[in-house]
Amino acid sequence: MSANMVAVLYLISALMFIFALRGLSHPESSRLGNIFGIVGMIIAIITTLMFKSVLSYVEIGAAIIIGGAIGTFIALRIEMTALPQLVAAFHSLVGIAAVFVAAAAFYDPASFGIGKVGSIGTSSLIEMSIGTFIGAITFSGSVLAFGKLQGTVSGKPIVFKFQHTINALILVLIISLIVIFVINQSPSIFWTIVIVSILLGFLVVMPIGGADMPVVVSMLNSYSGWAACGIGFTLSNNLLIITGALVGASGAILSYIMSKGMNRSIISVVLGGFGGEQAASSVGDNSDKIVKQGNAEDAAYIMKNADSVIIVPGYGMAVAQAQHALREMGDILKKEGLNVRYAIHPVAGRMPGHMNVLLAEANVPYEEVLELDEINHDFPMTEVSFVIGANDVTNPAAKTDETSPIYGMPILDVEKSQTVLFVKRSMATGYSGVDNELFYRDNTTMLFGDAKKMCEDIVKSLA
Amino acid sequence: MEAHSSEVFVIGLTVFFLACIIGYYVVWSVTPALHSPLMGVTNAISSVIIVGAILAAGPFGHDTSKIFGIIGVVLASVNIFGGFIVTYRMLSMFKKKPKKDKKD
Repeated sequence: MSANMVAVLYLISALMFIFALRGLSHPESSRLGNIFGIVGMIIAIITTLMFKSVLSYVEIGAAIIIGGAIGTFIALRIEMTALPQLVAAFHSLVGIAAVFVAAAAFYDPASFGIGKVGSIGTSSLIEMSIGTFIGAITFSGSVLAFGKLQGTVSGKPIVFKFQHTINALILVLIISLIVIFVINQSPSIFWTIVIVSILLGFLVVMPIGGADMPVVVSMLNSYSGWAACGIGFTLSNNLLIITGALVGASGAILSYIMSKGMNRSIISVVLGGFGGEQAASSVGDNSDKIVKQGNAEDAAYIMKNADSVIIVPGYGMAVAQAQHALREMGDILKKEGLNVRYAIHPVAGRMPGHMNVLLAEANVPYEEVLELDEINHDFPMTEVSFVIGANDVTNPAAKTDETSPIYGMPILDVEKSQTVLFVKRSMATGYSGVDNELFYRDNTTMLFGDAKKMCEDIVKSLA
Repeated sequence: MEAHSSEVFVIGLTVFFLACIIGYYVVWSVTPALHSPLMGVTNAISSVIIVGAILAAGPFGHDTSKIFGIIGVVLASVNIFGGFIVTYRMLSMFKKKPKKDKKD
């Protein structure tokens, strides 16, 4: 196959990937988009297999079958509530694969047309080491993010003194190593870069706590794209550069949306060292205030007599696997003639769009699921807000209390509705460690208990 | 030789920036409800680095580079299959459901 033919086929593949992302602008076109993505990938792989230098079909075929079987097995079995950790795990694979490809190019540059061992061009060496560096960070960062999301590692932010200084010094060390590597092309320096980058990846994700995970997952998504880009530059392969840039841009935008949803600057997100400053936040003294408690029957009664309800789900719903019971409750209320809608905060859950997927899994029609901007002005006209497993994203302190760590964060204005039903396991504060004054308001009724059980009990009471 | 490689680099850089701009606009057009599938699909397509891994694994023989290539192919394949399938699963949940009003 001629070089031009290859370039054209790679271009088609890249266009397919662009269409794949474009398809996601609407649920109806999204499935076609996914097919475009698959077709693009098949074109890319077959084109590469046609290269004259590619001869070991048996080994490559076996590798694809083994990897494909593992991937298929995992993807078919995973619970939708565990999506965030799955995505984190997949990011780590992209990162480590990028490292392996860079290493392969370093050990056998001739196969990639970038020179001979010991005399690789300077620009190729720089690109190779940048790809390796980002790939290795993506790998270790994602592994740690996976551990935190899965619960194998404590989700609490680990903060120590001079964290930023140490990270900055490590970064300087890596840059120096890259310079040395470019000069002497030594394998030992190459692997030192890999190891130090892996260390940096751990250090960057370590101080980030549970509810900040949507930002981390998006950030690592972005890094995995830039890693692919770095490899693309090394191999002078436009398909890799385009795809890497698309993925990098996508992750960066998601990180931006998530950090905006938490009123944090994108810089603090990229540097990774946030979540820590909240640990010391003061909790106001609310011991003398009165909390109105209710049970499932009260909630059922209140909602039955209302004409509109907005349901605000959060991570607690995912933990309790309450989405199906919740949808059942919503269905009964709809039959009772209520206007039932769902309000999703951008950072609800542990990854962007996490709540939307869970509600979709429970067969909630996506037309009833609205974003913060779309529904926030409707709360004053709503009789009941049903908050389930969400806390900080409803805390009015974000608007009124300048000393609050969450001040400035956009919130869902549930307090403006006539009645707030708040499903919660206990009076414990939310992730940010801030007390929610909403609990003590006259129009709030707290429903203590497991989210799933509470929904099921309400369903029983409604029947 | 040096002139040639810098030319290749500049072409790469051109492609890179244009792709970033396309990515910027395409991703902003993605509806927030589909941000999870977006991560799934970007995850799958970023595994297009399998192309590099296949090139490394391609030649006959058993050198270091080839072993790295094979490992790369396995890892990227996990991601390609896993990423597209999990995205498919997510997206099929967003299908418009036929209205079934069971009155029971």
